[in-house]
Amino acid sequence: MENSQFVYKGIGRYIPVYVVLLLLSGVQVFIAYAGVLGSGRLLWFLIVAIISAALAIMYFMHMKQERSSFFWSLIPATVFVLLMMNMIWSDSFRLLHMRPH
Amino acid sequence: MSESNLNMAAEHSAAMEPSPYAIPSRKLAMWLFILSDACTFGALLFAYGYLRTASPDWPTPFKFNPSILNVIIMTVVLITSSLTMLGAVDASKASDKSKTMRWLGLTMVLGAIFAMLHLREWAGMIHEGVRLFQNPWGSSLFGASFFSITGLHLMHVVSGVVAMAVVGRGYSRGSLTAGHVESTGLYWHFVDLVWMFVVPLVYLMNVSR
Repeated sequence: MENSQFVYKGIGRYIPVYVVLLLLSGVQVFIAYAGVLGSGRLLWFLIVAIISAALAIMYFMHMKQERSSFFWSLIPATVFVLLMMNMIWSDSFRLLHMRPH
Repeated sequence: MSESNLNMAAEHSAAMEPSPYAIPSRKLAMWLFILSDACTFGALLFAYGYLRTASPDWPTPFKFNPSILNVIIMTVVLITSSLTMLGAVDASKASDKSKTMRWLGLTMVLGAIFAMLHLREWAGMIHEGVRLFQNPWGSSLFGASFFSITGLHLMHVVSGVVAMAVVGRGYSRGSLTAGHVESTGLYWHFVDLVWMFVVPLVYLMNVSR
């Protein structure tokens, strides 16, 4: 909202989050090529992506400055919907293992 | 206050209730859109995961040069555009029109660069023989899932650039407010956020070794 009290201070205060987001993207590329995590790299990709998303939501999208009721009304419900989508995995593994050889 | 005015006030009291979250309805609507869009992208990424898990011959075609290098540059461009969008939102809140337009313009340029790099990546894949339902390496569904996910994201980027142009024009003419710039900013950050999941799941899980 337009606010005559708001004083423009430049983008300097967002630089730390920006740098962390760039570093986390670098970490993801490192995980892809390091090869030390083996099959666990998907889990690490997701952990890094979720941390990046949380930083973007809290600081870039200013969720941190909103009322906590706003956060609790919206985010857990969305996370619940996304978690429920995990039900598909058993079927995808079934397809893989029951494939005729 | 007359009785008729009191009745009218009682009738419209619901419409005049303060926002439960102390934010404008425009911003709440944008958040609700973003969350529904997150579920759309989530469903697409889960569908992609389903196909990848169920296909023993899933291709891993992305070489460091040019694909992953291109993706790294695209990521830097997109995250930087989020930073410049924050500049536009803050400048608009301070009613500084010239700075708002400058930051919005820079964000649009970065968005356009991202889209061009994305199309270059697509052209490279198509040149290598990837089509919606065929490719030279393995599972025929690779192309469909790759183009669906990255295509939907690219469409969001292009829509965002167009939205910024429209909102910037309206803001500079005084027909739109800083609230509109802020809502557009929320959308743009979401586009950035989705990319943080697309890169590892679609590209980095399929790097060529």
